[in-house]
Amino acid sequence: MSEATLNGTSVQAAESSSRASVLRRLRTSDLVFHGLTRAAAITVLVLLSGVILALIIGSAPALSTFGLSFITTEVWNPVTDQFGALAPIYGTLVTSAIAMLIAVPVGLMIAFFLTELCPPMLRRPIAIAIELLAGIPSIIYGIWGLFVFAPFLQKYIQPFLIDAFANVPVLNSLFEGPPYGIGMLTAGLILAIMVLPFVTAISRDVFDAVPPVLKEAAYGVGCTTWEVFRHVILPYTRVGVIETMAVTFVIGNAHQVAASILAPGTTISASIANEFTEAVGDLYTSSLIALGLILFVITFIVLACARYMLLRIQRRIG
Amino acid sequence: MAALANNPLRASRRRRNAIAKGLALAATAFGLGWLVLILGVLLYEGVGGLSLAVFTQDTPPPGSAGGLLNAIAGSLLMTVLAVLIGTPIGILAGTYLAEYGRHDKLSSVVRFINDILLSAPSIVVGLFIYEVMVAPMGHFSGWAGAVALAVIVIPVVVRTTEDMLTLVPDTLREAAASIGLPRAHMIVRIAYRAARAGIVTGILLAIARISGETAPLLFTALNNQFFSLNMNAPMPSLPVVIFQFALSPYEEWQKLAWTGALLITVTVLALSILARSLTATRKSS
Repeated sequence: MSEATLNGTSVQAAESSSRASVLRRLRTSDLVFHGLTRAAAITVLVLLSGVILALIIGSAPALSTFGLSFITTEVWNPVTDQFGALAPIYGTLVTSAIAMLIAVPVGLMIAFFLTELCPPMLRRPIAIAIELLAGIPSIIYGIWGLFVFAPFLQKYIQPFLIDAFANVPVLNSLFEGPPYGIGMLTAGLILAIMVLPFVTAISRDVFDAVPPVLKEAAYGVGCTTWEVFRHVILPYTRVGVIETMAVTFVIGNAHQVAASILAPGTTISASIANEFTEAVGDLYTSSLIALGLILFVITFIVLACARYMLLRIQRRIG
Repeated sequence: MAALANNPLRASRRRRNAIAKGLALAATAFGLGWLVLILGVLLYEGVGGLSLAVFTQDTPPPGSAGGLLNAIAGSLLMTVLAVLIGTPIGILAGTYLAEYGRHDKLSSVVRFINDILLSAPSIVVGLFIYEVMVAPMGHFSGWAGAVALAVIVIPVVVRTTEDMLTLVPDTLREAAASIGLPRAHMIVRIAYRAARAGIVTGILLAIARISGETAPLLFTALNNQFFSLNMNAPMPSLPVVIFQFALSPYEEWQKLAWTGALLITVTVLALSILARSLTATRKSS
């Protein structure tokens, strides 16, 4: 565009040479800047390919040794060099599921309270407090869980649970064994508390996006607050709620290192965090990296599924 | 009216409504209660251990008193370096997505990949840096820790920069173009200035996020019991020290872990409040 103005106007010789040099400089800086931003964008691309490549190369020895049985066997024995990832995968899924089962309903109800019931004066302070809490590092929740929550569970809750579920077929495997206080259940509960502010913050944003007209119309025909929430707000924000659940799962995974204090060796993140620096031997290290790869793949699948469901719902609506 | 009041359907709807409201109130009390409890315990335990020694002495051997000086210094150094490495890349990449390639193929791929990076478990980032830096170099180092943190900073900054730049009205860009300003100058002088508060907020949030990260540091920077500013050597950091001390059986270490946790929490809260006030002034102006 600047070229066009240059060619279009007749300028005096002396001026034109200085002007041309200025324009040349401008054009070079423009090109350089464009190149820089492009290079940075490509760096992001390379970074992720690098992460995936590094994980695949690192886990190649383990995966080629054990093949598919790596994810189907339960043995994890550094002494005999036998590694199977079933137990950590199971632990990861169970703790994330516990966290999701607790955090999503509670978070949705808190968001319901904040958007529909809360007196306007309290709404902003509570919302701000929850958003601030979402930023607190997971290690804080981890240390609290270790020193305060786990002993409490060990003393009062777990003996009761073990007794109560001793004869229930599936659930007793969740609660069986001596009450250590630390374990999958505790880790799942702490994870639930960790992700609760996230769930609340996201679902509040989603609920706030419902057009007031819809709600007013429902109230106008005599709906109760709960009916407005259940039949107007929730269906309208279905997409967002699904996304919230995916995010809960993913954030739960991202934070499991902190929870690993509470459940050593039971989840993928916990195994890697606790064993990686002490791993001797290529196969041991490689097996731990393979665990990382699996965690990454699980995260990816969950996000992709959420995306896919969103797309389908949007297509049906549109 | 009497018929309406005695209508069984109406009564059940009202009952259901009351129950739901009660549940919502209970959920809020439950959720906020936990969080208040956690912060309360943190304050109680952390403030108790707070003293000048925390800032002037290094982490102690088991069984004796000490401070967190080396961990604080290591955390500060690695965080600053991570931001110095990650922010320029993040801002430039975000600029490309919002300004140059808003609709091209590269952008949509980068956007998708950035989303994955944003939600990638941070322990995976640690493994990656271990593979590409620690293993070839043969030892753990502060540099590896800083780069690992930078990898976490980048996607956060890319996302906020792009979001904030897309919020800048196109009329500003057109006005700049109409007076013959080259695109690069338009971006730097006009778009960046308009989006400055938002971009700074993104950087602050990224700092808040990495200041509590344990996972990527566990096997990149490792830990160091002594004061060290040597980026080529293992370097201590607050989160890793907390992680290690919390799991130890020594009471002095556990106390220091609480104090460290309090320091991190206060820092992160201060950063988030600062970020929030920045966006608030932008909105009101």
